[in-house]
Amino acid sequence: MPTVALFVPCYVDQFYPQVAEATLRLLERHGCTVVFPEAQTCCGQPMSNSGEAAAAAPLCRHFLDTFQGHEYVVAPSGSCVGMVRHQFPDLVPDHPALEQVRTSTFELCEFLHDVLGVRRVEGRFPRTVGLHRSCHAQRELRLASGSERMVAPFDKVKALLSSLEGITLVEPARSDECCGFGGTFAVAEEAVSCLMGRDRLDEHARAGAEVITGVDMSCLMHLEGLARREGRPVRILHAAEVLLGEAA
Amino acid sequence: MAARDQILAALRRNARPGAPRPVLDGVGARFPDLADRFAEAVAAVGGTLVRVPDLAAADVSLRALPVHREARRVAALVPGVGRPTFDPAEVKDPHELEGLDLVVLPGELAVAENGAIWIEGARLPHHALVVIPEHLAVVVQAADIVPDLHAAYARLDLAGRPRWGLFLAGPSKTADIEQSLVIGAHGARSLTVLLVGSRSPGP
Amino acid sequence: MAHAPAASHPEAAARFAADVPRTHWHDESLWFMRVKRDRAAAQVPEWERLRELAQAIKAHALATLPALLEQFERNATAAGATVHWARDAAEHNRIVHGLLAERGATRLVKSKSMLTEECGLNPYLEARGIEVVDTDLGERIVQFRDEPPSHIVLPAIHLKKEEIGALFHEKLGTAAGASDPKYLTEAARGHLRQKFLAAQAGLTGVNFAVADTGAVVVCTNEGNADMGTSLPPLHLACMGLEKIVPHAEDLGVFLRLLARSATGQPVTTYSTHFLGPRPGSELHIVIVDNGRSALLGRDPYRRALSCIRCGACMNTCPVFRRSGGHSYGVTVPGPIGSVLAPTIDPAAHAALPFASTLCGSCADVCPVRIDLHHQLLAWRGELAAAGHTPAGKRLALRFTAWVFASPARYALAGRLARFALRVLPAGIMARLAGPWGRQRELPAAPAESFRDRYRRTHGRA
Repeated sequence: MPTVALFVPCYVDQFYPQVAEATLRLLERHGCTVVFPEAQTCCGQPMSNSGEAAAAAPLCRHFLDTFQGHEYVVAPSGSCVGMVRHQFPDLVPDHPALEQVRTSTFELCEFLHDVLGVRRVEGRFPRTVGLHRSCHAQRELRLASGSERMVAPFDKVKALLSSLEGITLVEPARSDECCGFGGTFAVAEEAVSCLMGRDRLDEHARAGAEVITGVDMSCLMHLEGLARREGRPVRILHAAEVLLGEAA
Repeated sequence: MAARDQILAALRRNARPGAPRPVLDGVGARFPDLADRFAEAVAAVGGTLVRVPDLAAADVSLRALPVHREARRVAALVPGVGRPTFDPAEVKDPHELEGLDLVVLPGELAVAENGAIWIEGARLPHHALVVIPEHLAVVVQAADIVPDLHAAYARLDLAGRPRWGLFLAGPSKTADIEQSLVIGAHGARSLTVLLVGSRSPGP
Repeated sequence: MAHAPAASHPEAAARFAADVPRTHWHDESLWFMRVKRDRAAAQVPEWERLRELAQAIKAHALATLPALLEQFERNATAAGATVHWARDAAEHNRIVHGLLAERGATRLVKSKSMLTEECGLNPYLEARGIEVVDTDLGERIVQFRDEPPSHIVLPAIHLKKEEIGALFHEKLGTAAGASDPKYLTEAARGHLRQKFLAAQAGLTGVNFAVADTGAVVVCTNEGNADMGTSLPPLHLACMGLEKIVPHAEDLGVFLRLLARSATGQPVTTYSTHFLGPRPGSELHIVIVDNGRSALLGRDPYRRALSCIRCGACMNTCPVFRRSGGHSYGVTVPGPIGSVLAPTIDPAAHAALPFASTLCGSCADVCPVRIDLHHQLLAWRGELAAAGHTPAGKRLALRFTAWVFASPARYALAGRLARFALRVLPAGIMARLAGPWGRQRELPAAPAESFRDRYRRTHGRA
């Protein structure tokens, strides 16, 4: 039984606890013992992405202190895992637990697909679902081959979702264009950010999606914010919630 | 040469050594039929391809085309193909080439993957001949088709014998106005490739 | 540069994006270029290998740049060209002007050269009585409008055909209201043919300078580089010093990547290898530094010198497509421009690395695999450390970091935020949330955070 330390991004912890709850239940359903190290706070990504390496470093150190020694660290967030995997080495190169934690930290779908080898997720989700492919998940973690590179196609998140009973997956016209969140970009470049988000929502609507899902709650928070302000009927759920399935 | 010395000194200070020259392997196109692929590629770049068995047939085919029939001023740089009205080698000032309707050029080799043909500079009395006429025809041997640009550069061996020339792929074109493709920007409005020595594709 | 707008990227982008239908039209036009690139790349099974090779060749060239430039100079000179060196834009402009003035040339035709845009050559020459005609159709259009190109490959991508029709009616006497691209292009052909015939000198950029032959390679679809250099007795070829490639065979790699990445074509119509002057005429090659040797010494940005100016990063960038090239206020806009600009003037261009979501699409389409998104992130750190980012934002982030460094402070802050979200009227909350709340709802505020619930259901750890 693998032991997983649950890493819950700060905004998920505070505003979308149901996503963390779904992540925990999903991992337990697949045979993991899940613990939640309560000392965790934030991986430091908002600071690092704004160029404030000095402000981020203590948070990175605290993260490594909190999560060292666990067999696996799993988070329902592509961007946070990307931060740990690719940016921690530049920010906290001397921390003794860096390599151990870095190589043990996984995004949820990546963990299910690659580490646990899950190919079929038990459960029903009889809805039309559009997959929003978050940029960090696509191009930092390579959870899918991506539209730009000429490589053999693969898509770990789609593989898991499509195994659910009753699900209909639809594709937006631009399979992995950015939603426009981009951290502080959402606020600093509000006009373009919102236009990008609306364009994504329009594409999913044209494809017939009742539900939009993805692995990054930050993207989904931005899309949901726009959708709710405009009164769009689309539901926005994290992939953990979809993979848990709907109760019969 | 203060500027040159200063620039080179700055570069020497700042260049970081250690990136070795890569071996250019793992690349190269392969096609079951080079002539067929080349014909497709010529069409894709807006050219017209005519297959002929030999130069005499090339001449007959070319002279039957409207671009030749309707041409009043013709320069022909492939002996026996096309009916020239003058010899461009006798023209001193390339400005006098303005108003040329058709130029027939020799092609050294042809590239199947992209429809380009290498025009050897030394065989042109004037560079302007590749771009000033209304229409162009290029004569190239089927035996001189190579699969891709790697093969082309290997054959041309430009470092061994440095010379000028160009890869010419189809007629002049632009899409600068709302992405609408327009053939015939500043150079030739059409390019006819006479591919010599290849049979026509089967029925 | 004379045309740099006073507005920052966010302001200029907001103005551009305010016209939603037009922005969608601009976005779709450039997305179509991206789609064409994808189709062309898919036809080359070894596409990713080509990109690796291109990256490696450029890295090797940059590592041996001084020797390569000297080799290039020797070979170009042996072929009969004259090679000049310019430390900066001003020196480049003086050299070009000097060559023209010495020969009494006052009519110059130019094919596309982003380097000469960077140096501000046109206004410099025009102020000294030289007529400069940009002969690339897109460049001639923006020249008529007295504005800079908005894209390095598609200079007039921001203009509709009706606007170009109106422009040509005014400048070339085409029929009023005519907007058919064929008709307008034909009018430009005739007009520019006269300019080519009357020109006393032709200036080109350089796509690739080949060290082992001394040739300069110029790629166009229109044939304007060949027209402009095959008639007048003087050819000026201006190149950034990073355009060097070591061997002619390297061109096989680059020419297979360039047009496919730029426009989705297998190759440009004309890929001309100029070697020495035409008999009876002159070829002068001007090698320009203008900050490139300094960039070579900077990690990680030196990799940006590998750029072959294909524009693929601009076509794929979701921000560029929705804000337009002019909103960047620099000669080369978009992702590569946002990496290059702060090397020129960090204070003036500090916002550009933030005009990005760091989505990384640019890095995946770049034919020479420049890690643009990582370099933009690196710039954010440098600019923040140098004090070029807004002080308020820095303080807010540092404060947040302090709060998050302690589990107790973090939990308290979270509780306060959720409380405020639940209790304060929506209108007040939206205003407090600033630019987030203007167009977006805030998340609903649960009574319990995940950790509260976990503690309750699992007991204290």
